[in-house]
Amino acid sequence: MIRITKRDGISSLLSVAIRVLAVIAALILCLVITFLFTGRDPLRVITEMVGGSFGTTKRMWEFLQRTMILSCIAVGLAPAFKMHFWNIGAEGQMLMGGLGALILMKFCWTIPSLPLLILMALLAIVFGAIWGMIPGFFKAKWNANETLFTLMMNYIAIQIVLYFCTIWEGTVGTVKIGIVNGKAEEAAYHKGWIGELFTGNFNDKDYMWLVLIVLVVVVAMWAYLRYTKQGYEISVVGDSVNTAKYAGIRVNKVYVRSMAISGGVCGFAGFLAVSAVSRTLTESTADGRGFTAIIIAWLAHTNPYLMVIFAALYTFMELAGKQMASAFQLNDYYSKILTGIVLFFVLGCEFFTNYKVRFSKKHKGGAAK
Amino acid sequence: MSGFLSFLSSFSTTLTFSITFGTVILFGALGEILSEKGGNLNLGVPGIMYIGAIGSLVGALWFQGATGSLAGSLGIFYPILCVIVCLIFAFGMAMLAGLLFAYLTISLRTNQNVTGLTLTIFGTGIANYIGGSLGSVGTVRADVTSDAIKAYITPLVKWLDSLTDKFNLGSLLFRHGFMVYLAILVAIALWYFLTKTRTGLSLRAVGENTATADAAGININKYKYLSTCIGAGISGLGGCFYVMEYIDGLWETSATIGALGWLAVALVIFATWKPMRCIWGAYLFGLLSWFYFLVPGLFKGSDKIFQMLPYLFTLLVLILVSLRRKPEDQPPASLGKAYFREER
Amino acid sequence: MAQTNAIELRHITKRFGQKVIANDDISLDLHKGEILALLGENGSGKTTLMNMLGGIYFPDEGQIFIDGEEVTIRSPKDSFRYGIGMIHQHFKLVDVFTAAENIVLGLEGEKGKLDKSSIRKTVREIAERYGFEIDPDQKVYDMSVSQKQTVEIVKVLYRGANVLILDEPTAVLTPQETDKLFAVMRNMKKDGKAIIIITHKLHEVLDVSDRVAVLRKGKYIGDVETATATQQSLTDMMVGRAVSLNIDRPKAEKCVERLVVNNLTVRDKEGVKKLDNVSFAAMGGEILGIAGVAGSGQKELLEAIAGLQPEEPGSEIRYISPEGNEMSLIGMDPLDIINAGILLSFVPEDRFGAGLVGSMPIVDNIKLRTYRDHKGILADRAKAQALADRIVLDLEVVTPNTNVIPIRRLSGGNVQKVLVGREISSSPTVLMTAYAVRGLDINTSYMIYNLLTEQKMKGAAVIYVGEDLDVLLELCDRIMVLCGGQVSGIVDAATATKEEIGLLMTQFRREDKA
Repeated sequence: MIRITKRDGISSLLSVAIRVLAVIAALILCLVITFLFTGRDPLRVITEMVGGSFGTTKRMWEFLQRTMILSCIAVGLAPAFKMHFWNIGAEGQMLMGGLGALILMKFCWTIPSLPLLILMALLAIVFGAIWGMIPGFFKAKWNANETLFTLMMNYIAIQIVLYFCTIWEGTVGTVKIGIVNGKAEEAAYHKGWIGELFTGNFNDKDYMWLVLIVLVVVVAMWAYLRYTKQGYEISVVGDSVNTAKYAGIRVNKVYVRSMAISGGVCGFAGFLAVSAVSRTLTESTADGRGFTAIIIAWLAHTNPYLMVIFAALYTFMELAGKQMASAFQLNDYYSKILTGIVLFFVLGCEFFTNYKVRFSKKHKGGAAK
Repeated sequence: MSGFLSFLSSFSTTLTFSITFGTVILFGALGEILSEKGGNLNLGVPGIMYIGAIGSLVGALWFQGATGSLAGSLGIFYPILCVIVCLIFAFGMAMLAGLLFAYLTISLRTNQNVTGLTLTIFGTGIANYIGGSLGSVGTVRADVTSDAIKAYITPLVKWLDSLTDKFNLGSLLFRHGFMVYLAILVAIALWYFLTKTRTGLSLRAVGENTATADAAGININKYKYLSTCIGAGISGLGGCFYVMEYIDGLWETSATIGALGWLAVALVIFATWKPMRCIWGAYLFGLLSWFYFLVPGLFKGSDKIFQMLPYLFTLLVLILVSLRRKPEDQPPASLGKAYFREER
Repeated sequence: MAQTNAIELRHITKRFGQKVIANDDISLDLHKGEILALLGENGSGKTTLMNMLGGIYFPDEGQIFIDGEEVTIRSPKDSFRYGIGMIHQHFKLVDVFTAAENIVLGLEGEKGKLDKSSIRKTVREIAERYGFEIDPDQKVYDMSVSQKQTVEIVKVLYRGANVLILDEPTAVLTPQETDKLFAVMRNMKKDGKAIIIITHKLHEVLDVSDRVAVLRKGKYIGDVETATATQQSLTDMMVGRAVSLNIDRPKAEKCVERLVVNNLTVRDKEGVKKLDNVSFAAMGGEILGIAGVAGSGQKELLEAIAGLQPEEPGSEIRYISPEGNEMSLIGMDPLDIINAGILLSFVPEDRFGAGLVGSMPIVDNIKLRTYRDHKGILADRAKAQALADRIVLDLEVVTPNTNVIPIRRLSGGNVQKVLVGREISSSPTVLMTAYAVRGLDINTSYMIYNLLTEQKMKGAAVIYVGEDLDVLLELCDRIMVLCGGQVSGIVDAATATKEEIGLLMTQFRREDKA
């Protein structure tokens, strides 16, 4: 019979090995599926896969940009997950942040560039933080189920954004705001765009600043969780609420505060998406990345650096899928299938890092203490 | 007076659309209730509904294509056969998706939230991939099946319309395909199952207090697997209904199924896990989705605000439920938790 | 033999790990139609023995006979098949279900339909036959503890149990409820059921049982007919002769009042009184022992002082600092206590649930007390690391490292050394410990005793909640005995006897029995 026991702990080497094996297995499965769908030479498939992210300089920037925004959201989720608070409202927090940034970008573009960008970022953080604090407050106050609460907050945010898309729509009937400050003949040209601070090739500069800023956020979050008093309190609350109370930690305060930070960082990701990438706001500015980031944050066990790695892996698969779709005349959703497969494998392999599976014939009596 | 009449007519159109959306949501929510009552919070519902939708379409197209020549000889039975095949495909494909979720969360004990979200990504992808590729194959409308699913009994409608002259009650109540009524029947059946049968009692025990259910000799894994898979199947019917009734047996890549899927998740909370409350809740959610039809141009963007209301109401219910702490209204106590009994 | 016994246990031995022998070669009979009281102190192996009948544990050695036939019980299901119904201290009930629904849960019914009226009828019949008061349609969350217990008992009767095992059923009941339970038990006995009741309340043993079997430290001491037993004779069997442990007890000197508790009353979430008008004073420079059977209010007492339990109005907890400043601790939470500069240390009973963070290494567990010491937003690290190193060195904690391995993976003794080491490192003025040596080996236990005595000599008021009376008598200066949330006596440890404390532990005050 099969005997399953909980592992006491696992060496980091083994846990890395299990995950790498899972990723390799998933990639092989993806290759096989693509081969079956298209009948193409596997080598060509691999070339296209890698080419999706690294084929051209433009694609590399695209890869970096997507990885970094995804990392930023995932890192935002880290404090919530670390205290075992299921914040699945990143999508909404990011959208609200994007809304905050867009308001200033659209209406206050007369402010000089640097202060404008800083104000945009701040308002985005505030909007996101409020969106995160609301479920945190209700959890602390009445123990409202945070999973369901944050989930609902997403759709409220989407509708709010849709509402503003309607009233600010660029061309009547499109329900799209359109690129903000994008017309060369206007005085507002490029205001509130991160790249505006610098000259040169526009997209790359934007993306470069985005990458650098997110790297700072990642390191800052790592340091926050690891070295600060608040970070320490979050870990204690996450492990045992009773121990936290015993040590004089006011748990409800930690819930609200950490959710403000979590929502704030997700809101900041919304600012980056608006200011550095899309320069507009639509209901799909978050594009499901709020949910993807949850999976990534979970897989990375709240370690910010691992989040970047998983985000890169996810983005790689996403772009690989897109590239293959266009190269082999498949449709765009192909990439969602591939990313889904990889995520399922990586998720499933967690089992083997948490449990030992042994095959034994004898039924052993008695229970060990 | 004529203004009032035109209001009535747009009211009846709105209601018809509301019932259509409501039915999609109702199927989704009922399946999710079955799953959640067994303690499995399946956030893959939108993905599962997508898979149910594409399953039904592929099944119907395949069956119609393979047996089109039989149509004449079978007469009235042919559309019925088409519908049955279509439903089996929708239910079966959605069940497979549920099985994947069940295997990962129950056997491999992965986190339910994360697995559910992944399933939504995956289901959305696979359904739209297949659906999007259908266009290149040629005929893509499952006409016979869709028409059969949309069929209603004209004399009955006319008779009631003539009785209730201006209100068109007949059109309102009976101008729908059979799946609208099937959804209500499923809700009643689910209510009966959960409250009146021993199996239902055991399932609720699994979702409430898994260790106690285990000690009472209930096979935890069996119950969890079955409730998740059958629940997924029921949710899948919602996708089937959407494709066959609302978009006429075609495929249209839009986010609507996903949005309705999330509304289904919301409805479960709104109805505080009670199938009978789901029925009117579903139509209310459907109505709110189309409410802007009734008062067009109330203010710009009012439709978006109305569409926000289902989620807002759900939040209010969630807050009230936590505030009042009435035990019957709470989520199943073991919802979202993996169960592990150390073998002795 | 004319009549077979309901249950015979022969040479049952159960070990946990290599060192702990929970049951050592125990043989015991249960006659049909009798109430057998299984008596023993905490940790004497009563529950372990019964769990082997209930299918929770499997014996390492020995045989079990039921109605004269040898049986193997591997699971609760097996146990059930042999007609054994065990009622645990922690009820296994679904809160949102009615009594009737809980009673039939998991049973195969006819046609799968939940025929509520026939279930109700059967439940009422059982209730009538044995004298239960039960409403089949009442929801469990609306029930008092005693009603829940009734549901559990009816549940096993509904399933046709012939042997009932009740694990400390009266621990959670009021005296009135206890009387009702005993009446029911006598009715069941008349009906031919055999009953084992685990308890350590002597008056209850004398009240309800026909025969008493006594366990002590995992060994079977003997059995007596209840009619021939007295409280004194049972106490002697239960606690045994005093054993000299040679714990060093320097004379308490310069005792000053440090903590004054008056009329302290605490209720749990269900509104049940857990502490009832408790008054005492803890002195700086002495160890105050607290004795009592498990669940007599020890946990609530320490938590109330530590700011983790809300007190009822009228309660008073005063703290007098070594400098002579007085402060009321009522309404303070742990952070308030820290901020008020009160050096109060607490070694709780549930180490991982309430005093340590199991997933963190030693250093981070030390930080629980020191992380605030650093100015600014960063948590202290250096101080915690230094302290961790010192504790590991001084207390001989065996660990591969202090900053990687989660503390959960250390052995119980090492975990406790870290916890105690951390708590005494702040030179507390009040040090409270709950079952500080539970599960530890002899050497570690002595080390802990010495550490506590050291604190006493430094002038701290040490409160030691313990279960081993020999230790309490040799380690402490005074011993307060709790019984049912009340103080049943405070004795001088130097002159008190084990029997005296044993009696106090099991005696409710007379007026409460009425």
